[in-house]
Amino acid sequence: MNAPARIHMQSVAKKFADRIAVYPLDLSVAKGEFLVLLGPSGCGKTTTLRMMAGLEAPSQGAVHFNGKDVTRLRAGERDIAFVFQMFSLYPHLNVRDNVAFTLRAQGMPPREAGRQASDILLRLGLESLANFHPEHLAGGDQQRVGLARALVRRPQAFLMDEPLGTLDGDLRGEMRETLRANHNQAGATTVFVTHDQEEAMSLADRIAVMRDGRVVQCDHPRNLYDNPADLFTAGFVGSPGMNLIRASRTGEWAAMEGLDLVLRVGEDAEADDIAQLAGAAAAASPEAGFWLGVRPENVLLSESGAPCVVDQTLVLGTHNLLSLRAGGGFLKAWLPAGVRFREGETVRVSFLTSGCRWFGGPGGLALPWRTLEAACRPTR
Amino acid sequence: MSPRTGRSEAGRTAPLKAILLAAYAMISLAPVLYLVLTAFKLPADTAALPPRFLPGASAPEDSFWFRFTLQNFHRVFADAQTLLYLFNSVFISVCSTLLSVVVGSLAGYGFSRFPFRGGRDALFFVLSTRMLPPLAVAVPISFMYSRLGLLDTRFGLILLYTCFNLSFTTWMMKAFIDEIPTAYEEAAMLDGHTRLEALLRVVLPQAAPGIAATAVFSLISAWNEYAFALTLTSTDAVTMPVRIHAIIGDSGTVPWGPLAAAATLFLLPIVFFGLMMRKHLVRGATFGAVKG
Repeated sequence: MNAPARIHMQSVAKKFADRIAVYPLDLSVAKGEFLVLLGPSGCGKTTTLRMMAGLEAPSQGAVHFNGKDVTRLRAGERDIAFVFQMFSLYPHLNVRDNVAFTLRAQGMPPREAGRQASDILLRLGLESLANFHPEHLAGGDQQRVGLARALVRRPQAFLMDEPLGTLDGDLRGEMRETLRANHNQAGATTVFVTHDQEEAMSLADRIAVMRDGRVVQCDHPRNLYDNPADLFTAGFVGSPGMNLIRASRTGEWAAMEGLDLVLRVGEDAEADDIAQLAGAAAAASPEAGFWLGVRPENVLLSESGAPCVVDQTLVLGTHNLLSLRAGGGFLKAWLPAGVRFREGETVRVSFLTSGCRWFGGPGGLALPWRTLEAACRPTR
Repeated sequence: MSPRTGRSEAGRTAPLKAILLAAYAMISLAPVLYLVLTAFKLPADTAALPPRFLPGASAPEDSFWFRFTLQNFHRVFADAQTLLYLFNSVFISVCSTLLSVVVGSLAGYGFSRFPFRGGRDALFFVLSTRMLPPLAVAVPISFMYSRLGLLDTRFGLILLYTCFNLSFTTWMMKAFIDEIPTAYEEAAMLDGHTRLEALLRVVLPQAAPGIAATAVFSLISAWNEYAFALTLTSTDAVTMPVRIHAIIGDSGTVPWGPLAAAATLFLLPIVFFGLMMRKHLVRGATFGAVKG
């Protein structure tokens, strides 16, 4: 087995004839790390992965594996396994031979290759399909065989382009667990592309959120969830994403638009340089506005809170998701399963101050503000 | 509409379709049948009215019977050159087809996988060579060929037919290769194969029906070509279309029997090849139409 690779992309960019797919970005994947590239379609995540694999030549910058420059190396020379979004099993080979093909290509004797192929098929619960040809498989099964084709190898790194995208619900969750278990066991460096934030959260050691060809934030899932770097990440990560409410600030107090709630804020002394700069930029152009971001689980029912009208309640078993009308928008709140409200009913809500995040300035960046207390503003 | 009505409607129209198809087949095949029958007739029977279309040992007056004979074929083969001309036709068509399919596949792959600035214009330029009426360039080409010593050589015709078919094969192969997802060859390249190996082992096997269809069309066009063969050959590299036309001669009366016999011989190889490729032809012609 080859040692897992440390992958480093150094100001790598990709320009296609008519558009820039990826702006110069720096990205490091540690040895044995599971990194997820997360973003909406067209954000450049797949292009980034393909440049890592050597399937796409970067327009500029360099790709390093274990400190060695592999930018000019062909995909086949990088010792990686790649899983495609729409997989391509060789139509003329049956499932076992498809899986064994990659091993054979590397000079393994047929018998050993066949044995290892059978092993991985067993682990993925695909042994009953071993003798089938791809044309007789359902789409989801083809994708799982595609995954088996990658997992059977022991490469320096696994690169996966939305490998679970075509699977449905249960199977998807199951494969997610298999992938994570495989990673825990083998400890191979893995880079995984998805647009599904839930998938990203459950699989990743670290998530790089991409938007419009740029990495907007790269952090551990928990930190990404708790402290999104900008408005986009705040809204994109989480299901549903953060509630984002326009706000204005006078002195210590920030008022919510369309919600009779004021929050007392102070500066965060421990904020890092970027946050300080963002704060300064936001303060310099208050007309760009501020936003309060608060996760649905941090919306609380409170006697002293601001009144909102219940729009609808989604019953989701363990919790209810409440949709509240506040000003022009909606406020989502997770409530315990037992608590139910009728549509049109008025409830009073407040926010958990430790869960409040502030964004502002031209880029909608996170601000180094700390929320100290919440109070209901008397209706005038 | 319920499935039941749908089926009964299909059931009602099925016989109509069969009748229409049969009628169409008869109309298309009638001249061919007439040609083949004529090949086995004596001169007197060839022009008889009403036509005689039942072969027999004798031919009574005013009947549909004609006297079956092989003398036309004897006459065609009496000319020792006939076998050479048949060989020329087969050799030139097969070689030019192989060449144009190989070069066309590579070119089509290039156009399909490596979009470049001006690629669409280049592709249109390739096609535009097809729009030129062959006779418009017959004179300059024969002049060039005489200078290059290519007149009346099989190589000369192979070269010309290859060039002429290349536009067609490039376009066809590009269309077929476009339909094959790039993930296949990328997977093969990730497994350690070079691009050329991936093309040979993964892409081309999947393009097989397309290659077969392209080859058939290309072969038919080279097989039937008359104008250039007439102007560029005289003795050594003469092909069957030219030879068949020469049978008509200058005598004033057309020898229908030998003419039909030669044409029948000319038909056989291509019909045989067409039947052999029938399965691929249908798949090739509907390629891409069956995508989900």
